[in-house]
Amino acid sequence: MTSVVKAVGLGKRYGRRWALSDCTLDIPSGHVAGLVGPNGAGKTTLMQLVVGLLAPTTGAIEVLGTRPPASPAELARVGFVAQETPTYTALSVADHLRLGAHLNPTWDAALADRRIDRLGLDPRQRAGKLSGGQRAQLALTLAIAKRPELLILDEPVASLDPLARREFLQDLMESVAEHGLTVVLSSHLVADLERVCDYLIVLAAARVQLTGIVDDLLASHHRLTGPRRDPRRLPSDEEIIQASHTDRQSTFLVRTDAPILDPAWTVEHVGLEDLVLAYMGQATDTDRGRRPALAVRR
Amino acid sequence: MIEFHLDTHSGVSPYLQLVHQVRRSLRLGLLDVGDQLPTVKDVVAGIAINPNTVLKAYRELEYEGLVAARPGVGTFVTKTLGDGSAASYGPLRQDLQRWFAKARRAGLDDESIDALFQDTFRSAAREGVA
Repeated sequence: MTSVVKAVGLGKRYGRRWALSDCTLDIPSGHVAGLVGPNGAGKTTLMQLVVGLLAPTTGAIEVLGTRPPASPAELARVGFVAQETPTYTALSVADHLRLGAHLNPTWDAALADRRIDRLGLDPRQRAGKLSGGQRAQLALTLAIAKRPELLILDEPVASLDPLARREFLQDLMESVAEHGLTVVLSSHLVADLERVCDYLIVLAAARVQLTGIVDDLLASHHRLTGPRRDPRRLPSDEEIIQASHTDRQSTFLVRTDAPILDPAWTVEHVGLEDLVLAYMGQATDTDRGRRPALAVRR
Repeated sequence: MIEFHLDTHSGVSPYLQLVHQVRRSLRLGLLDVGDQLPTVKDVVAGIAINPNTVLKAYRELEYEGLVAARPGVGTFVTKTLGDGSAASYGPLRQDLQRWFAKARRAGLDDESIDALFQDTFRSAAREGVA
């Protein structure tokens, strides 16, 4: 499968602070990639590097085979909706579509009209008078109607109520099914990501902590619970992501491709949310110079 | 036509949840040979789920020989799971009921019965008995 976004050793520094460092990524085409991480982890920085709004301090990035920022023809292949789904408050819905048609060589006017009609938006309405959900849908319409190959969405559902959020994601998934575009979407709402994403990138402390196809990640992580055990006595092919101990019991979250044969363990699936939290926790633990494996809780 | 749903807290990957739901419907007779599964676009628009997940689930069912895709038309059921197994359900259920009664007489509560059942089921599966 061809890669859509490819980054090697990518880094961005603001003054003395690294917003993103040593980021190596390869997002294959046709996926919906979820980008998760705590605030300030570098998600927005990474997205702005992908669309060419920022230039990297170190490393290299390729988007759809070229280095951003590219020519107008290349830019037409990438759609971007920034945080808070910005629109022009004084312009009407119809004005937005006209603007989209003028600015984008590959504009699909029929698609845009159809979407606005189905969403029940009044073309004469000013964007400033729309609800948060409607505004997000308008921004998504503009991004989809330019018929991009890659769509970048920075926390598109953060400010929406649960119903508007679900409708937005339903719509987005329908477009993915219809046009086969690749999406990179950042969000704090792991439950949403679990539905819509089949590729995951966990960013924490300005670094990529975990990346891969969601099903593969879920299949290779397990929660082991059993009598207390020294982590060093686990098989070497089981990488410990998280460990906690009481005086009698040990719980490990391990990553391994091999089956777990030790009968002492109760083996459980790990949900996406727990997986994401474990990797975020690992990053902050290492930051504080504390090894998670040594944390003892009595 | 069946409708899918998704439990995001189960820890079971979404594509497997869809596979399980189709298998369950086949077993319970809610789906029969010739019935059409919802189109990818319908599932996606219905429960806001990734289209690749639906495709993966349908491919898995196809691999198991339960459904077949007709390009441009849809995915259709080619085999049910009801026939063979349903006949043996009765006696097995009776055995199980007898065992539950026995467990209760031995003083086990619901939770203990469930734990014992799950544990035995798992270790039997591990030994390749089940």
